[in-house]
Amino acid sequence: MNQITMATAYIMLLRRDMILAYRNRAEFANPPLFFVLVVSLLPLGIGPDSALLAKVAPGLVWVVALLATLLSLDSIFRSDFEDGALELLLVSPQPIAVLVLAKITAHWLVAGLPLLVFALPLSLMLYLPISALPVLIATLVLGTPVLSLLGAIGVALTVGLRRGGMLLALLVLPLYVPVLIFATSAVQAAATGLPVSGQLAIMSAMLILALILAPLTAAAALRISLN
Amino acid sequence: MWTFFHKLGSPRYFYDLSGRVLPWLGLATAVLLLIGLYWGLVVAPPDYQQGDSYRIMYIHVPSAWMSLFVYMVMAGAAVISLVWKMKLSEVVAANCAPLGASFTAAALVTGMLWGKPMWGTYWVWDARLTSELLLLFLYLGVIGLRNAIEDPRTRARASGVLTLVGVVNIPIIHYSVIWWNTLHQGPTISKFSKPSVDPTMLWPLLIMVVAFMLYFAVVLLMRARCEVLARERNTAWVRQLAAQA
Repeated sequence: MNQITMATAYIMLLRRDMILAYRNRAEFANPPLFFVLVVSLLPLGIGPDSALLAKVAPGLVWVVALLATLLSLDSIFRSDFEDGALELLLVSPQPIAVLVLAKITAHWLVAGLPLLVFALPLSLMLYLPISALPVLIATLVLGTPVLSLLGAIGVALTVGLRRGGMLLALLVLPLYVPVLIFATSAVQAAATGLPVSGQLAIMSAMLILALILAPLTAAAALRISLN
Repeated sequence: MWTFFHKLGSPRYFYDLSGRVLPWLGLATAVLLLIGLYWGLVVAPPDYQQGDSYRIMYIHVPSAWMSLFVYMVMAGAAVISLVWKMKLSEVVAANCAPLGASFTAAALVTGMLWGKPMWGTYWVWDARLTSELLLLFLYLGVIGLRNAIEDPRTRARASGVLTLVGVVNIPIIHYSVIWWNTLHQGPTISKFSKPSVDPTMLWPLLIMVVAFMLYFAVVLLMRARCEVLARERNTAWVRQLAAQA
């Protein structure tokens, strides 16, 4: 039997998850759709005042991005847990953290990346200054993977529970707050012409830290949840 | 030294020992609380700027310290129960969460009441207030996760992992008033330098802090004893206890 390296295992699992996502297109289109819907609803609630909207745009885009991620988080492990594939992954010879990282990557490609694409037109509709757009995209590039990584820990802890939905929000949203604070402060600083390198550096640090620690933690949590 | 720890890990030994310590701890708590409250609320001089309303500090500051301290105790117990799988540390970690949540809520509420006359507002979204609110959510998350899982061992390990993830927040709360210059004042009491609080106000505060710590220990022991009994209800020594009662 051929020995399968960690890199091969990672790529194979990522490919499998991407194929699964492609075959269930409709289900995975929902979170980005939710993002677009809610962001376009908010100006109707707040009022179409362009100065006000430009001021709250970074916060709006980011809070709705958090909620959209939260909606899609459950899909990281849920279907695999239900059909038993998750237990097979846990008994495979590869380190679980690598496999978990593959599943998180797949989640980000399916749920995080579309947010980046839709954030552009939406922030223009919210009158965000064009000069702040690159920074908004930069914060989303650095921030949404952190959301997927931290979220995976929460999902791994709640995957065995019947009513994990509301609990997941309680577990995960407090952990998302630092990302939200630094991302919106960077975009607001950019909109007023202030330097943003500090916030972006901290967000990069958070991404690196989460990239190293979150898969390990999520793997440990999965092992606990599945006993 | 080590045998003491090994013995402490045994639920029966813990139950006996805590039963003997508890009355004394309770007495010390009551005495210190009374002294601290009387000294702080009646004897200590009024503040030259804040008048008498600063006296809420004698509840607010110990609660806020305890909110962090309890989390660290909970995290320590979580590490022990994840690494060495000691049953007793699971019990301790489990009973820290509701206590810590109450201390955090007390710190937030007294802070709001103090903020209204001093800052003119109940709430500002400044770094320390926000991070303390987050701490409350973390505690609630741990409690929620514990309640959602039925198996006691799984429950302890899962909430242990969550506790450790939340530890990231502790230094942020602690240093928030130093890192960000916001409305909440910086620390005025430090181990390494001369405190900027007058000794006549500082002493009752320190007494209150010790009293709060003891109070935490007393309630934690009481709760832990109950849970130890419930967990060990099928063992011989608990049956014997029940037969004697």
